[in-house]
Amino acid sequence: MDAIFLQILNGLDKGSAYALIALGLTLIFGTLGVVNFAHGALFMIGAFCAVTFSQILTLSHKATEPTGTDFLGNPKFDDIMYVHEWFGQSTGDWMIDWAVPLSILFTVPVMIAIGFIMERGLIKHFYNRPHADQILVTFGLAILLGELIKYFYGANPYPTPAPAAFAGSFDFGAMLGFDPNTIIYPYWRLIYFCFAAVVIGAVFAFLQFTTFGMVVRAGMADRETVGLLGINIDKRFTIMFGIAAAVTGMAGAMYAPINSPNYNMGMDFLVLSFVVVVVGGMGSLPGAVLAGFLLGIVESFASMGAVLEVIPGINQIIIYLVAIIILLTRPRGLLGRAGVMED
Amino acid sequence: MLGLTKRDAGLLAIVAALCIFAPFILNPFPEGSGMAQFNAGYPDLMQRLVIFGIFAIGFNILFGLTGYLSFGHAAFLGVGSYAAIWMMKLLTMNVIPAIIISVLVAGLFSLLVGYISLRRSGIYFSILTLAFAQMSYALAYSVLTPITGGETGLQPKYTDPRILDGALEGGATPQANLFGLSMKSSTELNIGDWVFTFNAGYYIAAFVMLIAFYLSIRIFRSPFGMMLRAVKSNQQRMNYTGLNSKPYTLAAFVISGMYAGLAGGLLVAMDTQVGAERMFWTASGEVVIMTILGGAGTLIGPVLGAGLIKYMENIVSKINKTVLEQWFAFMPDGIEDLLVTLVYPFVGKGWHLTLGLVFMLVVIFLPGGLVEGGSRVGNMFRRKKTDTDTPAGKTTPAE
Repeated sequence: MDAIFLQILNGLDKGSAYALIALGLTLIFGTLGVVNFAHGALFMIGAFCAVTFSQILTLSHKATEPTGTDFLGNPKFDDIMYVHEWFGQSTGDWMIDWAVPLSILFTVPVMIAIGFIMERGLIKHFYNRPHADQILVTFGLAILLGELIKYFYGANPYPTPAPAAFAGSFDFGAMLGFDPNTIIYPYWRLIYFCFAAVVIGAVFAFLQFTTFGMVVRAGMADRETVGLLGINIDKRFTIMFGIAAAVTGMAGAMYAPINSPNYNMGMDFLVLSFVVVVVGGMGSLPGAVLAGFLLGIVESFASMGAVLEVIPGINQIIIYLVAIIILLTRPRGLLGRAGVMED
Repeated sequence: MLGLTKRDAGLLAIVAALCIFAPFILNPFPEGSGMAQFNAGYPDLMQRLVIFGIFAIGFNILFGLTGYLSFGHAAFLGVGSYAAIWMMKLLTMNVIPAIIISVLVAGLFSLLVGYISLRRSGIYFSILTLAFAQMSYALAYSVLTPITGGETGLQPKYTDPRILDGALEGGATPQANLFGLSMKSSTELNIGDWVFTFNAGYYIAAFVMLIAFYLSIRIFRSPFGMMLRAVKSNQQRMNYTGLNSKPYTLAAFVISGMYAGLAGGLLVAMDTQVGAERMFWTASGEVVIMTILGGAGTLIGPVLGAGLIKYMENIVSKINKTVLEQWFAFMPDGIEDLLVTLVYPFVGKGWHLTLGLVFMLVVIFLPGGLVEGGSRVGNMFRRKKTDTDTPAGKTTPAE
């Protein structure tokens, strides 16, 4: 029982990442009808936003130390961080410690800007081209973005720690009446799950309860009619692209402490998130979220020792296996509706 | 000739000539000069040029004709490679059985993958093939380690049984050969300062590529090829006319899988080792890029694309900062530094950046690839000529 509980928990954080990326991917697909292979790159850029932000926070300048000179008689220099200078010592330290959560403030505008540029500059010209062309051009873009990041940040991963307050683990076992230390779960993963839940909830609420969201949903159902009603649907879809990029970027930024960002992480997540979208049903937002969590949990169950003994290596392929089975038996995916990307 | 039209025979002849004279064409710089490092006429690279040409020709039969975009073709290449290396370990170091078995095994594997994947089309097909390829990669890396060697990969060892060859003398490295002719044997020709290398392995691979190219011409011109083009332009209509297009697409898939297997087998024949990274999905992406860059759906396009990418990869990755500084040395200092800083990210280790950029530009502005670019340039000149030949000679048909 506690083993099962532990595996569900383990699946949740990876599932949250899958769900967030797939949500962004579906937002883009559902609104613009574009298959975005550069989506993994957006996730990666989000993670590097967190890295950049923590680097910005630790920027410093040299100042002469008033107390004296070194043994050669030269004046001594101290590195003084700008955050310490501007916000005081304790606030500055706190900000550096909390760099990852704070970086969300930095990530969101950056990602929205990148989303706008991508949509207006590139994707716009591909609405009327075949899906194969869209896949190809965004695949090229993904290579390009990955290599740019590699050029500026190098090929090595950047360890980006979570705030010290969340460094420990949470003992679920003790809380739920199992033996203590059987179900322990790092705080940051718990935070990641909660964060994902909040973001997903916010996106759904935004689409469901605002006028803007209503128009976007109408546009997703029938773009032409909405346009004929005199609504500038293209502009709204561009904004949705920005939002989708921001959701994915936030997912990446918050994932940085779990998995140190490197330039290749986008490609790894891209393949998986496409599988997630297809399993959930192309163009279905709840489907993407459901499939994300489901596949995350299934994957973590498959990596249990007991399962691996029966079918070795199943943890490596379970997601693809599930995807193949679902695609063949339920072509529309779990929650897909008719008429979206039908063959 | 050989059942080809004059035009196609000419094309085949051009490719054949390119293959035969490649050691000259790729070695334009004399030995010992500063540019000698940019010579591409060494056996290893030339072999890769033609082998990836085969891979791209095969991919083009699927993507260029039917429009099905497979993102998992590297899996067939990898499976073919593993089959070939096992043949070398168990049977003989002669490359012929290795290549034959690699084609067969890749064909069988692609039959399985294709039978399942082709039940869907469009993006779903791409994802299904991608999923299969990633599965093969993950399995080759982990569970199938006894068969695939996992992370270390496989090499023939002198302790392998090799039933037909008999035992090697202790410690000798087994060499891939064709009835005793080692793949690595080369003769060198010195003309003045130039050194040209003629490698046995390269010419065998080039010969196989010519056969592969010939077959692809025949497929393109056959009724079967016509059927595949019809699938690309409107599969629904094909189905409504009462024709089941599945056997045709499946046949195309298996043929292109066999081409990939052939390429994998040849890779092993030339360089006797295999690793799982050969099956990673970026490797599948590479063949897509080659085909598109050259021109999908054209005969010569994939060969050009594969050649160009492998050649540029070799050249561009060798350029480093010192070379750049030499090139721009004639400029004033400030401009030199600026140019070096601007160009540097795109060369050397940044080769993939250039590749991604070029690929994007081609997809955006030149969807037909190099072949379309060539014909556009050709048309530009031709039109000028006809304009001057027949001034105001345009006839408008009566409405």
